[in-house]
Parts: sequence; structure tokens; C-alpha cells
Amino acid sequence: MSDMQIKKSSTVYDAIVVGSGAGGGMAGYVLAHGGLKVLMLEAGPWWDPAKDSMQLKMPYESARRGAGTTRAFGDFDAAFGGWDLDGEPYTTKDKTEFNWFRSRMLGGRTNHWGRISLRMGPNDFKSHHIDGLTDDWPITYDEVKPYYDKVDRMIGVYGTKENLENEPDGIFLPPPKPRLNELFIKKGAVKAGVKVIAGRGSVLTEALPGNKDRGACFFCGQCGRGCKIYGDFSASSCLVIPAMKTGNLKVIPNAMVREVLTNKEGLATGVSYVSKDDMQEYQVNAKIVILGASACESARLLLNSKSAQHPGGLANSSGVVGKYLHDSTGASLGGFLPQLMDRKRYNEDGVGSVHIYSPWWLDNKKLDFPRGYHIEYGGGMRMPGYGFMNGIQSKNGLVPGKDGKMKEAGGFGADLKNDYRRFYGTSVGMAGRGTAIAREDNYCEIDDKVVDKYGIPVLKFHYKWTDAEIKQAKHMSETFQEMMHQMGGIITSKIEGPETNYGLEAPGRIIHEVGTIRMGDDPKKSALNKWCQAHDCKNLFVVDAAPFVQQGDKNATWTILALSMRTSEYILSQRQKLNV
Amino acid sequence: MNRRDSLKALGLTTLSTAVLLDACKPKTGEETGSEASAATPEAGRQQWEVDREKKLMADKYFTDHEMATITVLGDIIIPKDEKSGSASDAKVPEFIEFIVKDIPEHQLPMRGGLKWLDMQCFNRYNKSFVDCSHDQQIEMVTEIAYPAKAKPEMAQGVAFFNRMRDLTASGFFTSKIGIADIGYMGNTPTKWTGVPDDVLKQYGMENV
Repeated sequence: MSDMQIKKSSTVYDAIVVGSGAGGGMAGYVLAHGGLKVLMLEAGPWWDPAKDSMQLKMPYESARRGAGTTRAFGDFDAAFGGWDLDGEPYTTKDKTEFNWFRSRMLGGRTNHWGRISLRMGPNDFKSHHIDGLTDDWPITYDEVKPYYDKVDRMIGVYGTKENLENEPDGIFLPPPKPRLNELFIKKGAVKAGVKVIAGRGSVLTEALPGNKDRGACFFCGQCGRGCKIYGDFSASSCLVIPAMKTGNLKVIPNAMVREVLTNKEGLATGVSYVSKDDMQEYQVNAKIVILGASACESARLLLNSKSAQHPGGLANSSGVVGKYLHDSTGASLGGFLPQLMDRKRYNEDGVGSVHIYSPWWLDNKKLDFPRGYHIEYGGGMRMPGYGFMNGIQSKNGLVPGKDGKMKEAGGFGADLKNDYRRFYGTSVGMAGRGTAIAREDNYCEIDDKVVDKYGIPVLKFHYKWTDAEIKQAKHMSETFQEMMHQMGGIITSKIEGPETNYGLEAPGRIIHEVGTIRMGDDPKKSALNKWCQAHDCKNLFVVDAAPFVQQGDKNATWTILALSMRTSEYILSQRQKLNV
Repeated sequence: MNRRDSLKALGLTTLSTAVLLDACKPKTGEETGSEASAATPEAGRQQWEVDREKKLMADKYFTDHEMATITVLGDIIIPKDEKSGSASDAKVPEFIEFIVKDIPEHQLPMRGGLKWLDMQCFNRYNKSFVDCSHDQQIEMVTEIAYPAKAKPEMAQGVAFFNRMRDLTASGFFTSKIGIADIGYMGNTPTKWTGVPDDVLKQYGMENV
């Protein structure tokens, strides 16, 4: 024990950024380009898609054929981490079922994400007027729009101009054309009264104007593995690595931040971290501390940063840190299109994000639940992997054979082998992603009895779905069934009933968790001001999804990027006041 | 980055992309046995993943008798036909040996199911499954291969066979032989321009 010491650096950086994902990456990019000396701490290893991606590997190059044994989304998936990390537990209370996905690696969860890049709309930022259930953001869509525009130009996103009120158009590259099963979906959706438009994804379907470092997509459909030519958005390829080229950004990987350090005035002076490489403790100093560790991890950091000036945790005089945690609702349905049996083979990998999607299309005044959801679609002639056509016995008795006669389900031999061929590429899947209401009593807090292997107190979650989310899931299920019916599809997944909340996924499963360090104008009801600057600590900022007041049914990443850019530009404009 | 640079970054040139692409790939899978992928730590793999896989490769789960049974069953499920080889040609038994170590939930149902099958065959034919004649094997498998019409007392066998069928399909259609058979044509640089015209026409989707 006598050899334990804390290694203190004498360097004072202009800013320390904790985390290298969408929020941290963007802050590092903007500040380094703005001339600040920035130190970025990442809890996982260095990971550059150009070298580390499993792109273009065939299933037989994995002993487990791509199964998700060691990586939740399969052996080729980019994410290091998952739902459970060795030595880094989290706990729950009151029978909460909450799952927390963490990617410990450069770029964080932007490595494996679906690249679905939706802007929040005017009614997402200001939603109180709709039904009184939610709080307004302190900012409007119009205030964020210029940053969404800049993110679009800088990173690239495909889509189509639709002029929909709450689905703002961006500056779009051309979208990929629909696959065959998606044309059937489109046709069926129209009959079911569901709107379908081109997907919106951060994949370079064409070369990005003005960018020489990134290649245009070559359509392997494997964005989730990371792209060796940087043809899609990940924080490493598009933000962190370019920012390092300015000479102003230093990245320390495998640095697990323990707490934010403050002085007697209550201002942040730096952070302490444990290095996973040598298990030694370090302290580093900066004039500004910026948290982008993910909504829950950043809340954990603040709650673990207690001092005489900040007895309830840093930036938490309001007591809101950890509260208002919300993740998108999610429910899904799968089946197949018998019309597509024995279909012609060709390469339809396309892009690794959605080719089509359905923005929310209904009026809640006529519905028994608040707010809405969008629908993402899948299926087609995908690369075979572990689990390929599992459960064919639940399919091959449902349709006539080539001879027109019905067959007994299941089987073996040449006939079964032929069935696999017949059914290949007929699958169709749909998944809803909806607005969950941010509630004060859905929260994470510090577990006072449990620490992780670094001795850092862990999070304990309390989260309950309510009628609002459950009825939304019921509506998803009914809509999906109607669409499948209208497109002539056959449902093979189980139709869930009230006993399983109509298939509503447990909170956390959709990996859109936000809201734990929310912004607002009132310091009694929020932790951050409208620039994501702590009310209680003017040189502390949060740039991940924690500042979200209320998520719409839009995936969070594009808004994280826009807000982080906005906060970072604010920091540059306030350099004198912030003493950097 | 232009297209030529992109292909270079992928280790390809614009010349005969597909051929080179194939040549660039490490020889793993069927030709050298799937062990090859664990032999050397590779970029993008965490050390614990590499170590874990090495250990699994060194362990042996199934007995020789069990492996022989799996081999016969696999080839009954996916036999050689005019288009492609059998499950064992695609090294499905080796895949199953690995995957039950990798995903231990498979172990008990597989081991118990194989034993259940042998006991059924002893009771019927006084022989273990592999020692039965081909006709006897088919007769036995037929009892458990059709979930809806199987007799209630065959339910455990049906559950086992469903699992065995799934694992066989997974192993076969993820092999080189199986991918060629199923006709997956992707995983190669291309330009996606939408559904081919003849296919649009076939399904009347020209105007959707």
C-alpha cells in the first residue's frame, strides 16, 4: 500500500473532455480547431476504424460465425463493451428492469450505432403545449437549426426534403434507393395509412464536398462494424482523429475518470482518473472541464464529485442530477413475404443505415396515448450469420411448396435444404422507436453499497414505464400487424399481450438514454443553463445526451452533435470570461 | 478520398476487385479449419477475446461417439445434392463442437438430446443411433423432425432436433459452400443503384 500515490501533472490544459463519443468528440474537434489546448480522456482503448474494423469479413472468418457471445451485436460488431462489463456493475431497485449499454473505446457508441440521423423538431424542443406532460427545453428548434445545418455539412447525412412540420429537413446527400422488401413495405404502409419516406443516415452516399479524408460509401451494409474508409459517421474518424491533426488535442485512452476536482471557490480544476494500463491514479488540470461520458456516466461522475462547496455532488444544488432519465420506447415485429420466395439473387447490401423509415404520422387527439414513434425497417438478402434462418419449422409449414401443396412444418434432407434457399431474402422486420415521457421519478443514483473494480461507486437505477409508453407499444404492435397484413406478409414473431407490455422493451434497451443532467433556465429545476454550462460551476459543461430535457421520437446522436458544437462555440466565444 | 484511394485503403486496387478481395483475406474457415482465426491476435480484437477463443479451441466438449452422431445427423439434415455438398463437407460438426463451448446453453440440451436419441434407438433397434441402418436412422429422425405431427412422447426429441437443425443451418450457410449455395452476393465494393429493372418488373414495383 505504501507505494500508492497519485500522479499529479503540472500541465494546465485549456479544457479536459471526458469521453470521445459524439458529444466529447465534437467538443474536442471544435475546441482544438479553435486553438484551445485540449486533453481528452477515454475509458477504453484506442480504436481506429481504418485499422480495427471487421469490415468485409465473411462469416466463416469468425469461429462463432458472427454470434454475439463476446459482443452483444455480433462478433464483427464494432462495440467493445456491451450490457455487462467485467468489474463494472450497476444495480437496480424496486424491481426495475434497466439495461445500460456501454462502449469503452475511442468513439464510444458511435462505432456501432445505426447511423440514423434525425433532427428533433420544433414540437420536440417545445412540447409542453401539446398535452402538458413534459417540460420545455430552454432553447427552440430555430436556435439549434444552424448547428444541425453545420453538422450536416461537416459530417454528411442522406435524406429527402419532405417539408414535414416536426421532421425538419437537413442538407442532404442522395438517399440509397429502397431494397425490394422495402418496396413491399412502402406499398403495404400506404394501404395501412402509414407514411414512408427515404431514410436519413450519416453515410456518404456521395463524396462529401470539401472533405479529402473520407471515402464515399461502397455499399457493404456494414456500418455497424466501423468503416475503414470513414464512409460513415463515427466520432473517431470524423472528429477525434481530424482534431488531433491540429496538434491541439491529446487523447489518453484507457483513462477511467473517477471524479471532477474542484477548488474552494467551487470551480472545476481538473479530473482524477485511474489508468487501466498501469492501474495508477492520475490528476490532470484544466481551466474548463467538459463531460461527454454518456448521459448516465456523466451523471455518475457529478454525483461522485462531492465537496464542501458541492455536498450533493457537483452541479447538483437543484437535486436533478440523475433524474428525468428516459430512453426511447421500442417494440418490434418480424415475418416474411411469401411473394419473395425463390427470388432472384443479387447484391442488395446497400448502406448500413435505414433506406426508408416512417416518421410519426398521426394526431394524438384521436389516440389514447401521448406522443408518437417512428418506424425503422429491415430484412432482405443479408449476409448469413449465426442464427441463420433459425426456427424454419415455424415458417415452412405456412406456405405451399413449389408443387403447390402444403408441407408438414420442419423436416430434414434435400427438401429442407431447398426450403432454406426458397425462404432466403424473404424476411421483413419493423421496429418502433418512440417518445418516452421524462419523469422525475425515473432516475439513476449512486449505490451507497457497491463500487466497481476501480473503487468508484456505481449507479443504481429506478425506472418504471407507465400507461403512456405501454399504450404506445400496443399501438406499434397493432400498426405493424396491419402493415404486414396489407403487404401480404406472414408474421412469425410472437404477438405480445398486456402481460408483456405488448412487447415494449425494457428501458435502456434502445440505447437512447438521455436527460440525467438536464438544462433549463431555472437553477432550481435544472443543472445546466441553455449553453449546457453548469448553473453551480461556470467552467463545467456537459455535451452528451444528459442535458436533454425531453427527447422526441428521434434518435439522439444528431442532436448531441449539434448541441455539443453549439456549446463548444459558446466556450470559444466566452474565452475571456472563462479565462481560456 | 476518391474511389481509387478508398479501394487502396481497403487493400484493393480498381483492377479485378473481387479477385483481389478474395486473395487479401486470411485463409480461415474451411480450408485451414476455423482454428486459424484464433491463432494470432488480430487488429480490432480485445486481448480477452483472443485468450478466451484460444482456450475454447484447446478444450474438447463432445466425445468421439457424440461427434459421430452429430456428423450423421448433420448430413441427414443437410445432405449433399446437385447444388452443393453436405453439412460435414462444410465442417458443420466442427462448428457445433466450437459453438457449444462458446455458448454453453447449448451443452446440456445437446448432450442430453444425443443420449435421448441413443436410448430411443436402443429401445427400438437395440443399437445406438450411429450403428443403426440408414433406413432406421431416417425412421427415427422422422419421428422428431415434424413438430406438429410428432407424438407427445417424442416432445423432448423434437426440441433437440429443432436445436440440431438450427445449428446445422447456421454452420452450413455461414461456410463458403453454404454461402455459395444460398447465393449471398454482397460483402464486396459496389454501387447500390436500387432493385434491378427486371426484378422491379417481375413484382410490378416499377412505380413504387
